[in-house]
Amino acid sequence: MIDVSTPPTPQRNRSILGSRRVYRPNTRHVPVLATLALLIIMYSIGVYNYEGFGDTQVLLNVFVDNAFLLVVAVGMTFVILTGGIDLSVGAVIALTTTVAATLLTAGWPAGVVLPLVLLIGTVMGLGMGAVIHFFKVEPFIATLAGMFLARGLSLLINRNSIPITNDFWTQMAQKRFRFGEGIFISLNVVIALIVVLIAALVLAWTRFGRNVYAIGGNADSALLMGLPVGRTRIAVYTLSGFCASLGGVLYSFYTSSGYSLHGQGLELDAIAAVVIGGVLLTGGSGYVLGTVLGVLVLGLIQTIITFQGDLNSWWTRIVVGILLFVFIVLQRLVTRKAK
Amino acid sequence: MAEQLKMTGIKKAFPGVVALDGVDFRLLPGEIHALMGENGAGKSTLIKVLTGVYDIDGGEIELAGTPVRLAGPLQAQQAGISTVYQEVNLCPNLSVAENIFIGREPRRFGRIQWSEMRRRAQRSLARLDLDIDVSAQLDSYSLAIQQMVAIARAVDLSAKILILDEPTSSLDASEVRQLFTIMRRLRDDGVAILFVSHFLDQVYEIADRMTVLRNGRLIGEYRTEELPQRQLIGKMIGKELEALGEIEEQAREATVPERGTPILEARQLGRTGAIAPFDLTIQAGEVVGLAGLLGSGRTELARLLFGADRPDHGQLLIDGKAEAVKSPREAMAKGIAFSSENRRTEGIVGELTVRENIILALQAERGWMRPIPRRKQDELVDKYIKALQIRPADPERLVRNLSGGNQQKVLLARWLITEPRLLIIDEPTRGIDVGAKAEIQRLVAQLADGGMAVLFVSAELEEVLRLSHKIEVLRDRRLVEELENGDDVDADRIMQTIASGATP
Repeated sequence: MIDVSTPPTPQRNRSILGSRRVYRPNTRHVPVLATLALLIIMYSIGVYNYEGFGDTQVLLNVFVDNAFLLVVAVGMTFVILTGGIDLSVGAVIALTTTVAATLLTAGWPAGVVLPLVLLIGTVMGLGMGAVIHFFKVEPFIATLAGMFLARGLSLLINRNSIPITNDFWTQMAQKRFRFGEGIFISLNVVIALIVVLIAALVLAWTRFGRNVYAIGGNADSALLMGLPVGRTRIAVYTLSGFCASLGGVLYSFYTSSGYSLHGQGLELDAIAAVVIGGVLLTGGSGYVLGTVLGVLVLGLIQTIITFQGDLNSWWTRIVVGILLFVFIVLQRLVTRKAK
Repeated sequence: MAEQLKMTGIKKAFPGVVALDGVDFRLLPGEIHALMGENGAGKSTLIKVLTGVYDIDGGEIELAGTPVRLAGPLQAQQAGISTVYQEVNLCPNLSVAENIFIGREPRRFGRIQWSEMRRRAQRSLARLDLDIDVSAQLDSYSLAIQQMVAIARAVDLSAKILILDEPTSSLDASEVRQLFTIMRRLRDDGVAILFVSHFLDQVYEIADRMTVLRNGRLIGEYRTEELPQRQLIGKMIGKELEALGEIEEQAREATVPERGTPILEARQLGRTGAIAPFDLTIQAGEVVGLAGLLGSGRTELARLLFGADRPDHGQLLIDGKAEAVKSPREAMAKGIAFSSENRRTEGIVGELTVRENIILALQAERGWMRPIPRRKQDELVDKYIKALQIRPADPERLVRNLSGGNQQKVLLARWLITEPRLLIIDEPTRGIDVGAKAEIQRLVAQLADGGMAVLFVSAELEEVLRLSHKIEVLRDRRLVEELENGDDVDADRIMQTIASGATP
C-alpha cells in the first residue's frame, strides 16, 4: 500500500538531506596509495643508488624471502580488521617448525606431518578465539598467553635447531618456477600469492568477509544487526592460527630446519606490515592488497640495507619503527578528517 | 483489531534493581504507539527485551497470537521486530547499501552480488523518498540520512514491528518532519511502530496511543487525544513530589540578594544538540533552581557553565568580564564548583576514605606537587564533618560504606572546602532518604545566606521551589521560562510551563 495523500517528493529531499553529503575522495584508499607511493620511491632510490638493484630477480627475491611473512600477515589482516590483534603468530611458527622437524626426524611421513602441524596452529587459533569470545578476554592478553604457550611448548620439545632432511620437504624447498634466465620464484611465493588471492576474494565477496569489516566498524552495531559476531570473531583467530602454521611450514621449507627460536618478534613484523599497508588498527578499514604492499616495504628496506652493505641490520628495525610512526599518524589524520 | 504484539506481566530484574515489574504492553498493527516515562522508568529495558537483547525473568510475549521467546537480536529480526536506536547502530565504515543488506546480501554461489545489492538498496531508499549514492560510505552522510538508512534496513527486513528509540534527538526540525512523513506512511502500510521520545510535542504530533511507565511499573495505556500533556507529566513523575511537602518551610524566605554585578552571566550561551542558547544570571547569595523533566537539558546547561562541555554559541561572563571557561580546571580556578549527579560514577571514590574524598578537589586545585599537610587536612575535614553532620564522624572510614545521603555530603564537603563562589549541584538528593534530603536542603540555604551563589538542579519540583530565589524552567533542551519564586509560583505553575512550553 502506498499513501497517495503524500506523494513522494524526491526533489525536496535532495535539497534538504542530499545536500548534506560531504565529498571526500576515497579516504579509505589513501593509506594504501601512500604505501604504494612509498614503495615506488624506495624502489627508485634503490635502483638509482645501487648497481644491479633494478634486476627483476632482486624484486622477486623480496617475495621469496618474505613469503612466509606474507601468509602470516594475511591472517593478521583479518584479525586487525575486526579490531583485534594476534601476538601468538611468531610462536606458532616456532611450534610448527619444531613439531614438523621432530616428527619428520622420527620418521613420520610428510603426508601426515603436514596436515598435523597445520591442524595444531588452527586449533590454537580456535582456542584463543574461543577464550576471547566466551570469556570476554582482551585479544592482546589471550594471544599473549597463546604466544607463551606455543613458544614454551616448542622449547619443551627441543631446545636445539633440528635440520629437516625429509625428501618431500627438500623437494618443496627446492621447487622453483622459472621465467627465464635467472628469473624465478619459489613454491613458497606461489602458495603465498594463492593465500593472498583467496583472502582478498573472501574479504570482498563473501558474507564472512563483510562481517569481518562490520565487526571492526562497530561490533555492538553488528550484534544488533543480527550478525554472527561471536562466530566470526572465533573464525578470524582460527584463520590467523592457520595462516601462522602455514607460514611456519613455508618457513621450514625456507630454512630446512625446525627451531624453537624461529619467528621471534615475527608477530610484530606482521603487525607492522599490516599497519604500514593501511589497515586501521582500530579495525574496519583496509585491504589485503595493502598488507602485500606493507610486506614488500619491509622486504625492500632489508634489501636496500643489504645493498648498502656497511649498515648494521638493526637499521631495518629503526626504519620500520619510523615508518610505523608515520603511518599511524597518517591513519589518525585520515580518520580524523573523516569524522 | 488483533494485537501485533502482546506482552503480559513482563518481569526483568538486574542485581539490586527491578527494572520491569509485571509490565503489560501491546502494539496494534497500523498504529504509532509512544512509550513514555522518565529515564530509569524501564523504557529501554522493555525495548531491549523486545529486541531480544535481554531475556525476561517472567511474563509472556505473543507475536500475532503466537507465544515467542526472543533469544537474541537475530531471532527478534526474524520474528519481524526491527529497531532503530538513538545512536545509529550501523557500521560507519561500510557502504550505505551494505548497511541495509549486511547479513542478508544477495548471493550467487556464495559470492555477494554487489550490483544487485546496490539496485535493491536504491529501491528500498526510494520508498523513503531518499535518492543518494548507495555505494558511498555511511559516515559520509549526515546523521539524519544515517537514521533513514537505519529505517530502510529495518523496513527492508519486512518488519511488522518497528521500534524507534529516540530517533529524533539528533535531527533538526525539517529532518524530524521528514521522518514523521515516513513513519505515517509505514503506519498506513500496516506496520506497528513503537516510538520513544522525550520530546512531548513530537509524541503528541505523531502518536496514536501511549503507554506510560514509572519505576518499572505500568501506569496505563491511553489514547493520545484523551490524555492532556499535563496529566501525562503527572503520570510520568508520579505523586512522589508531595512526600517532601511536610519538611520544614524555613529555608527560602531569607534575604533576596542585592542586584549587583552577577557572579556569572550567560548571554545566549548554547551548544548544538545539548541545549539551545539561553540567558542566565546568578548573583552572589542567590539560589537558582533548574526545573524540567529528565533529559530536558538541565545537566547539559550545568555542564556548559562548568566548562565540562564547550559552548558553540554566545558568551559567559564571570564578574561582568567575558571569560572562556574551557575546562573544569579553569572553572574551578574561577571559583565554580560542580557536584555531579552521578555521585557513584563521577563523584565519590568508594575505595578512598572520607578524608581523602573530601580533600580531593582542594588537592587537585593546588596541584599534586604540593600536598596538603596532614594536620591541615585533619583540621579541614573535621570542620566539614561537623558542619555537614556526616555520620559516622570518622574521617578514616571508606566512603563506600557510607549511606547515600552521607556520600552526598562528603561530595558537597569536597567542593565547599575549595570555597567556591558558585556551587552547581546536580541532583544532590536523588536516591537518598527524606531526612538526609532535608539536611542537604538546609545546608544549601545556609550556604546561600553566607553569600555563595548556588545553581540547584533537581527533578523534584517541591525541592526546587522550597530553596530557589528564582527558577529556570527547561523543556526539550530549551530554557523556556524564568520565574521569580514568589507566593504565586507553585508546582502546578511549573508543571504547566513544562507541559505547555509557555513562553515568557
